[in-house]
Amino acid sequence: MRPSLSIGGRKVVAMNVAGRRSRRMLPMLPLLTLVVMLGPVLAGLAGTLAPALGWFPAIGGHDIGLERFAELLAWPGFRQSLTVSIAVGLGATAVSLAVVVAICAAWQGSRAFAWIERALSPLLSLPHAAAAFGLAFLIAPSGWLARLLSPWATGWEQPPDLLIVQDPNGLALLAGLVLKEVPFLLLMTLAALVQADATRSMQVARSLGYGRSTAWLKVVLPRVYPQIRLPVYAVLAYSASVVDVAVILGPSTPSTLAVQVLRWSNDPDLALRFRAAAGAIVQLLAVGMALVAWRVVEKLVYHWGRAWIERGGRGRRCGERWLGGVGLGAAILTVAAVAAGIAGLALWSMAGQWSFPSVVPDSIGLRTWERSAPELVAPLIDTLVVGALATVAALVLTLGCLEAEFRHGVRPSTRAMWLLYVPLLVPQVCFLLGLQTLALGLGLDGGRLAVAAAHLVFVLPYVFLSLADPWRAWDRRYATVAGTLGATPDRVLWAVRLPMLMRSLLTAAAVGLAVSVGQYLPTIMVGGGRVVTLTTEAVALASGGDRRVIGAYAMAQMALPLLAFGLALALPHLLWRDRRGLRPSR
Amino acid sequence: MSNGLLFESFRITIAGRTLVALDALVAPGEVLTVMGPSGSGKSTLLAVVTGTAAGVFEVSGRVCLDGRSLLGLPAHERRVGILFQDELLFPHLSVAGNLAFGLAPEHRGRATRRRLVEEGLSAVGLSGFAERDPATLSGGQKARVALLRTLLAGPRALLLDEPFSRLDVALRVAMRRLVFGMARDRGLPVLLVTHDPADAEDAGGPLIVLDA
Repeated sequence: MRPSLSIGGRKVVAMNVAGRRSRRMLPMLPLLTLVVMLGPVLAGLAGTLAPALGWFPAIGGHDIGLERFAELLAWPGFRQSLTVSIAVGLGATAVSLAVVVAICAAWQGSRAFAWIERALSPLLSLPHAAAAFGLAFLIAPSGWLARLLSPWATGWEQPPDLLIVQDPNGLALLAGLVLKEVPFLLLMTLAALVQADATRSMQVARSLGYGRSTAWLKVVLPRVYPQIRLPVYAVLAYSASVVDVAVILGPSTPSTLAVQVLRWSNDPDLALRFRAAAGAIVQLLAVGMALVAWRVVEKLVYHWGRAWIERGGRGRRCGERWLGGVGLGAAILTVAAVAAGIAGLALWSMAGQWSFPSVVPDSIGLRTWERSAPELVAPLIDTLVVGALATVAALVLTLGCLEAEFRHGVRPSTRAMWLLYVPLLVPQVCFLLGLQTLALGLGLDGGRLAVAAAHLVFVLPYVFLSLADPWRAWDRRYATVAGTLGATPDRVLWAVRLPMLMRSLLTAAAVGLAVSVGQYLPTIMVGGGRVVTLTTEAVALASGGDRRVIGAYAMAQMALPLLAFGLALALPHLLWRDRRGLRPSR
Repeated sequence: MSNGLLFESFRITIAGRTLVALDALVAPGEVLTVMGPSGSGKSTLLAVVTGTAAGVFEVSGRVCLDGRSLLGLPAHERRVGILFQDELLFPHLSVAGNLAFGLAPEHRGRATRRRLVEEGLSAVGLSGFAERDPATLSGGQKARVALLRTLLAGPRALLLDEPFSRLDVALRVAMRRLVFGMARDRGLPVLLVTHDPADAEDAGGPLIVLDA
C-alpha cells in the first residue's frame, strides 16, 4: 500500500473545537483584559492633560494654553526637584543592573549563586515602604549603624545633626530603591537565563579559554539583556516617579517631582491642581526622555561591546576576581541591609525606653502592639478586601487569556507583550491624578471597588508574567489524552490543568496580593482617604516619626505578603502529599 | 458504510506543501503502521485524527470512523483513543482516579465504576494498585495503566504514537503483544506511528512509509 495523492475535496481547518458558550466568551477575554488594564491609564492621562493645559471647568478652568507650565517652571524648587527625580531614577536603575550583572557574571552556576538566589528571592515580596522604613531606621543619625559606632568610634553622645535620611541629593532614596530592585532584576534575569541556554554557552566559552565572568559577559549577557530590557525600563520609570519610598527616604526641600505633584493635588488651594497636572505631564515627558537616553546608551554599549567581544580577550585574572568580589559583596550588603532593617523594625515595635547610644532597647514589651492592635484592624480589613478583589480579578482575566490562547490560538505577539508593561512604564502619578480629576468631575466617590480596580492595573501584569511561563510549559499532550478520553475542554481545564498547575496558580495569587498590599499612590488617590490600608497608614506615619508605631505598621504590612507566599508553598504540599509527580523537581 | 477507520482523499498541507496524503481503510482489529523520518508529519497525522492539531494545518478529504465523519467533531466526541511515548498519567490522581477519569459516564454508580476499574486492573496484572500514586509505578506498570485508561473510555479506534520506544527490549515485546491483543479482542482499528521496524513487523498489518 502506497500513500496516494488527492486534490480537491472538502477543506476543513482542523483546530481545537471548544464548547459553544466558551467559544463566544473566551476569545473576547484578551480584549477585555486590555481594556481593564489600559483603559484607566489612557483615561487618566487624558484627565491629567486637560487641566495641565488649563481645562478644568469644575474649578473654573476654561482657557486652554501653556500658562500652567510657565507657572510650574516659575516655582523656585522646580529644577532641583526634577533633576533629583531623574537622577535617582537613572542612578538606581544603573546601580541595580550593575549589581545583578556582577552577581550573575561571577557566580552563576556556583553554590554561592544558589545561596544568593535563595537569600534574595524572599525580598521580592517585601513592600517598598517597609524596606524603606527598615533602611531609614538603619542609617538615620539615631539609627542602628550610628548606635553601633557610638560613642567609641564617633564620639557621639547625642544623635548628630546630620541629614542622612532625606538628604537633598536623594542618595538615601537611591539606596532604598536599589535594595528592592536588585532582587526584582535578579529574578527576571534568572527566568531569562533558562531561555538563553546559558549553561551550555558557558561551557563552550570556558572550553575556548575564557574566564568565568568574561565568558558570561560575552556570550550570556548579550542574549539575556533583550529579555530583561522591559523590566529594566520598568525599574527606571518606577524609580524616577516613586512616591511612598520618596516620602520616607527622599529629600523634602524640595521633594521629588512625583511627591510634589501629590502634595499640590491634596492642597486645599484648588488652583494648585493645575500646577499638579502640569507637573505630572512634565514627569511623564521626563521619564520618557530618560528612557530614550537609556536606549541610546544601550546602543552605544552594544557597539562597544561587540568590538570588545570580537577582540577575543579571555579576561584577566585580577579583573575576574575584582568583579566576583564586587558581586558577592553587593549581594551580601543588600541582604544584610534588608535583614537588619527588618530586625530594626521588629525591635522598635517592641521597644520600651531606648536611649541613644544603646544598641538594644533598655526594655522590651508588647505595649506598642497592644496600643496599635485596635487601630490595625480596619486597615487590615481594607487591605485584604482590596487585595483579594484585585487578585481574583487578575487571576480570572489571566487564566481567560491563557486559555483563549491555548484553545483558539489567540496568542499575543511580542509587540503585544509591550502592552503588558504600559502600566509599569507610565509613571503612576501621571494617570492617577487624571483619574482623580475625572472622578471629581463626574461626582464619583472612590470606594474599595474603585481602589481594587486601580490596583488591578498593576496587579494584572505581574500575575500574567508570573503565570504565563508555567502555563505555556505544561505538556499539551495531557489535554490530548484527556480529550480523547471524552473530557470537554472545560473539564480538561478544571480537572486536569488547574490541579496540575496548582503551585504556579497559588504563587501567582501570592504575587498579586503582594503587589496590591504594596500599592500606596493608587490607594490614596483613588480611595480619596476613605480606603485606608496598612501601606497608606504606615506612610502617613512617616512624618510623625513615632518609630514604635511605624515599626508595628511596617511589620504588619510585611507579614501579609509573607503569609501569602508561605501558603502558596505549603498548600500544594498538603494537598498533594501523596503525589510524588507534583513535587518540585529540586 | 464500512466499519473501521477510513481515510478518503485525505491530505494535510501546510503553507501549500503537502505533508501527508493518505487513502486507506483500517479494518476493525487491523493495524496500519506509518513509518517515516522526523518531520515527516507522523505526529501531525495523529493530531488531526484526534482533533488537536494546530490551526496552521489545512486538511482536505475525509476521515470516517465506523461511517461517522470525524473532521469537524470536537476531540472529546470522536471516540478515538491515543497512547503516547510517555504515559502521561495525571500526576494529581491515583491509579484508580486516572482510570475513572476516562471511564465512560454511562457506567453509573460508584460501586459499578469501582468494579470496572478493579476488573481492568486485574486484567492487566495490576490487582491492588488502585490507590497507588502513579509516580511510584515502574515503567511497565505505567504503560499498562495508560493502556487500560484509554480502553476503559470505550474508544472505537486506537492511535499509537511510538508508545513502545521508551520501554526496554524485553518489556517492549510484552507490551506490544498486550496492546495489539487487546485491540484485536475489542475489534479496534489501530493506527501505529513508529520509528522501529520491529513494531511494524509485530503489528503484521499494512505499512506506509512517509517521505521527509
